[in-house]
Amino acid sequence: MSMLDVRGLILHFRGVAALSDVTFQVEPQHIHAIIGPNGAGKTSLLNCVSGVYRPQRGTIAFDGRDVTRLSPAERTRLGIARTFQNIALFKGMTVLDNLLIGRHTHQRAGVLGGGIYWGFGQREEIAHREMVEDVIDFLEIQHIRKKVVGTLAYGLQKRVELARALALEPRLLLLDEPMAGMNAEEKEDMARFIVEISEERGTTVVMIEHDMGVVMDLSHRVTVLNFGEKIADGRPDEVRKDRNVQDAYLGEQHGLFDT
Amino acid sequence: MKCGDFRETYVEDMAIFETAFARRALWLFLAAMAAVPAFAGGFWLDVVNRILIAVVAATGLNILTGFTGQISLGNAAFLSVGAYATAALAGKAGLPFPVVIPLAGLITAAVGMVFGIPSLRLKGLYLAVATLAAHFVIEFAVTHWDSMTGGVNGISIPAAAAGPLSLDGDARLYYLILPLTVGMLLFAKNLFRTKVGKAFVAIRDQDISAEVMGVNVFKYKLLSFGVSSFYVGVAGALLGYQARIISPENFPITLAIDQLGMIIIGGMGSILGSIFGAVFITLLPELLRLVVGPLSATFPQLTTLFSSLKMGVFGLAIVLFLLFEPDGMAARWHTIKNYWKLYPFSY
Repeated sequence: MSMLDVRGLILHFRGVAALSDVTFQVEPQHIHAIIGPNGAGKTSLLNCVSGVYRPQRGTIAFDGRDVTRLSPAERTRLGIARTFQNIALFKGMTVLDNLLIGRHTHQRAGVLGGGIYWGFGQREEIAHREMVEDVIDFLEIQHIRKKVVGTLAYGLQKRVELARALALEPRLLLLDEPMAGMNAEEKEDMARFIVEISEERGTTVVMIEHDMGVVMDLSHRVTVLNFGEKIADGRPDEVRKDRNVQDAYLGEQHGLFDT
Repeated sequence: MKCGDFRETYVEDMAIFETAFARRALWLFLAAMAAVPAFAGGFWLDVVNRILIAVVAATGLNILTGFTGQISLGNAAFLSVGAYATAALAGKAGLPFPVVIPLAGLITAAVGMVFGIPSLRLKGLYLAVATLAAHFVIEFAVTHWDSMTGGVNGISIPAAAAGPLSLDGDARLYYLILPLTVGMLLFAKNLFRTKVGKAFVAIRDQDISAEVMGVNVFKYKLLSFGVSSFYVGVAGALLGYQARIISPENFPITLAIDQLGMIIIGGMGSILGSIFGAVFITLLPELLRLVVGPLSATFPQLTTLFSSLKMGVFGLAIVLFLLFEPDGMAARWHTIKNYWKLYPFSY
């Protein structure tokens, strides 16, 4: 069974079609890339899956369960986590606190338990701190754990955002341009982390990425969008040869010389 | 030889007061505070009591505005709800203060949550106007519900009592207010190192991504209104016990603005800031009075100008802080503390 099953998704904003009839499946433990030119609807698609947008039509099933009508918070509880294209961290909080927010859905203590901070409330907080430290070790951000996020460099903020999503212990991780604006070294690190997340943690990854080298190297499957429609879907080598994809990226030049 | 501050467990690393020195300094400070009634009497004890009550109220407002990012101008009204609830529970029902104070807090929390409902849709300035409406609705209710509140004439509140124990007079009341204030500050500090408090801050910083992280934004906004109003309600109860007679004139809109001034000057999103701000704003008119008093012998018109002078200095203080220390006195405190951390070495 597919981890994520999106069928017939239609999304429009006052007449502007963002997605028209998009259908695709993501297999468990795959790294699945979504590519396409600017404005193709990639981020809209991700927003539908994470629940930020409500599609007008179509269904989204996660692990066999229909989640189309669920709120973002409810989907998070089921195990869907995401990062944003423009970093959306909690800038006034430390790296640790940002990651601990990732534990929010796993924690039980309420106002009294937290405010009294004795017994259960304290034990719970410590236990989750330990879990968060695992993520910190995994992504190699020990040195900045007590820094306020707003003061960090861009590349590190991207990494912290990935860490915050991982702290949720998701089964499906949605990454919106995890490598945008990074230098070659940072990209290599990020690519390594994504592969490890998929292979060691067994997390299914759906990512939007513009760097074709990365997409072709990392992903098991690629879905290509153009003007809100799916134009290709398959293994990286299949997609690369696809006529429609070449048209979308390079423009329909071949037609000019045929006549 | 141990030449630094090493932490070996997460419990140590997550402690509020990071070093043994800080803990000892705090105990000393608390001991000094406990000894205040032995040295200060009458007027100054009254001022200290008012400062402590302001600290609780400012902490409440800071939880909502500084930590959760929901601007509120309803604080004076919520304070009056706490005070009038005390008048009803202690005066009419004759309940002892250990029951009255938490109940007054809970009643205010409920009222605060009702007026927090617009926060689902409204943000920033719009929410400020909605809470301003809350102020006038509550003020209207207070002035017109004569049987419960005594209307414009006000209502008297008996001394805080529990069985044979009666806390009349500022010195006795002080020993109720001080531990309560310390306890509530500690509670707030703890709240912000655990789940609920972090969710509040997350909503302030990025509400969409808070939602995506699984935080039920509306529930936590309401919860923030509730916790904040509980603090304000407790402050209102203490205010009632201290003033002994309250009327709508005690809770003007300028009081709500004073409290916003406290958290702006003290530091938004900082418990320490609420303390600094409350001390500063409450002391400001008293210190001004000290200066104006001797001068009025030579300049008699100063006494008539006093109230406008007070407002002028208050406004000036806020403007100066916004310009030179927008993060408030708490930020300045941290800067000074960090400077001494490695003194005399610069790295």
